Amino acid sequence: MIADGRHTHNPSCCVFLPPIYFLPVVTLIDPVFDCTKNAYFQKMLSRNLSKCTRMFSTTNKAMSTGIDFNLTADQTEFRANVRKFVADEVIPVAAEYDRTMEYPWPIIKKAHAQGYLIADIPEAYGGLGVDMVSNCIISEEMAYGCSGIATAIMANDLALTPLILCANDDIKKRFLGRMVENPFVASYAVTEPGAGSDVAGIKTKCEKKGDEYILNGSKMWITNAGHANWFFVLARSDPNPKTPAGKAFTAFVVEGDSPGLTRGRKEINMGQRCSDTRGVTFEDVRVPAANVVGAPGEGFKVAMKTFDKTRPTVAALATGVTYRCLDVATQYSLERKAFGTQIANHQGVSFLLAEMAINAELARLMTYKSGAEVDAGRPGSYYASIAKLFASDAVNQAATNAVQVFGGAGFNTEYPAEKLMRDAKIFQIYEGTSQIQRMVIARQLLARVAQNGGY
Amino acid sequence: MKILVGVKRVVDYAVKIRVKPDRSGVVTEGVQHSMNPFDEIALEEAVKLKEKKLATEVVAFSLGGPKSQEVLRTALAKGADKAIHVQVSDEEASKLESFHVAKTLKKIVESEKFDAVFLGKQAIDDDSSQTAPILAGLLDWPQALYASKVEEGGDGHMKVKIPFVLSADLRLNEPRYATLPNIMKAKKKPLKAIPIKDLGVDIKPQTETIEVTEPPVRQAGGFVEDVAGLVAKLKEKGFVKA
Repeated sequence: MIADGRHTHNPSCCVFLPPIYFLPVVTLIDPVFDCTKNAYFQKMLSRNLSKCTRMFSTTNKAMSTGIDFNLTADQTEFRANVRKFVADEVIPVAAEYDRTMEYPWPIIKKAHAQGYLIADIPEAYGGLGVDMVSNCIISEEMAYGCSGIATAIMANDLALTPLILCANDDIKKRFLGRMVENPFVASYAVTEPGAGSDVAGIKTKCEKKGDEYILNGSKMWITNAGHANWFFVLARSDPNPKTPAGKAFTAFVVEGDSPGLTRGRKEINMGQRCSDTRGVTFEDVRVPAANVVGAPGEGFKVAMKTFDKTRPTVAALATGVTYRCLDVATQYSLERKAFGTQIANHQGVSFLLAEMAINAELARLMTYKSGAEVDAGRPGSYYASIAKLFASDAVNQAATNAVQVFGGAGFNTEYPAEKLMRDAKIFQIYEGTSQIQRMVIARQLLARVAQNGGY
Repeated sequence: MKILVGVKRVVDYAVKIRVKPDRSGVVTEGVQHSMNPFDEIALEEAVKLKEKKLATEVVAFSLGGPKSQEVLRTALAKGADKAIHVQVSDEEASKLESFHVAKTLKKIVESEKFDAVFLGKQAIDDDSSQTAPILAGLLDWPQALYASKVEEGGDGHMKVKIPFVLSADLRLNEPRYATLPNIMKAKKKPLKAIPIKDLGVDIKPQTETIEVTEPPVRQAGGFVEDVAGLVAKLKEKGFVKA
């Protein structure tokens, strides 16, 4: 391979190589030009070769600086830490919160004291500024215990994220600082009765008067709305319907006790029942201009950018529930006997478990990859959408099959499976439906192909 | 008062223990490990004393393989000020005995001038309950074993003079969780690693493990109709004299 450099351009190698390493070589090669005699090419080729060797090496671990499936020491410790908290504090009370639908304040307060609610806030504002993969780990473990409680915590992060990404220093100090000091929750209020997936269709409007904006309209399905200390709100600032979405909306932080802001009744949902979902109405709510997040008129971008960072954690929630399905179904199948043996020994059941395991492993891989993409500073929406879509579908299949493994007991509230199935459905809906995720994936894929002439 | 707390890395209490196929020990590879729960309680008590300003410094100690540093990190996150890892290989660690641990602790106590050593009453892996009393003997210090309450000047059942060795019982306290901020801060706390040979402690095994086996599986019981039936059964089995 070394004697004839061109052999190193084996297509199976090139697929894995970043373009920078192989493109110049491939395009510059002259069929009669002996590249092995040229110092530049030799250098390039040896780099290629070492890359290839690393990619395919299974024996020399020290050489592998590429894909690494190991978590860092911190991530491992975070996981052990959250796992213990969830086992002691969340799992024992999850069924009761599902039954009463009460907001899990005692758990939220304990989770806040543990630092789970401020993990994402930058250190400069008193938080921990942990990486995205760590965030995913925390979400996954929390959802393993109860995705209703995890959603209450996660929705809080959804409200913080646009501020972390786009707000000025003053807003960050005022609104993120208090989240560190107190066990408060916040809400991300974008969805409306007439606009869910179609974010650009929102009707809540704002008008600038002096140093203030006057907000009017209503929001729907807002998580944590009954308990939010403040709301991230997206409103139409340009009434002209022809203005493009990128210029027509403005984003705000609105204090929860603003006069004119009314919280609706708690909605009764199919699953994740202790998570608090309500409508919110704004009647002449006055918001200081200092509370605009990002530039006026550019709120749509703020709202959308948020999802690049939050979809990996939603995928992580779904992954956590998938693992819970796998665990409860596996345990039950080793206890329950039918036809003279544990049902796990029946192929029909064991295949359901295998399917769950496959999807759980794949969902976790894609979730962590989407988190790692964000950590590497690359635009993450493509991988985040793939992860969110896959994990949401995985958890729905896993939960349905968990009920199936439990049989009649699976349909009964005394056993854990039915809650998992009710909790699972929302993953295909919130933070972008599975159909929207497919749109995002397809658009980005097609844009890449159009730009690069290939994938 | 400077307190040294021993923390041992053991197979997690929630893990179902399996015996290795060659019966040389239990399976530890790919198994969740954590800090010995009794050591966690001892650490919590020491940290509480520091919070009450009765102790000036809490130092966590572990004798073990490279992964022992994980439990030391946790100890730092839970409030220890410093950590000392006395290093042995995993192979050596699997053959360590209470006597070796006590001798090592003695060296550290003497070189760093500690006033008290807090230990768990036992480790949940070998359950030997020996380290604390052996250490007290080696140091010739008073010992308070299986402590379920620690008070300053209290009229408890036992008083000890400083310096002393304490071993913590399950009822002593409820250990705190390490919080994420404290886990992050713990990274900046000093963790000193000392190879065992630098302490000159001989860790040659004094015992030989011949075989490790699973406990016998409990036989299924039967039901009796009434008291007379029970007595008849007990007589039949020879548990009660006829």
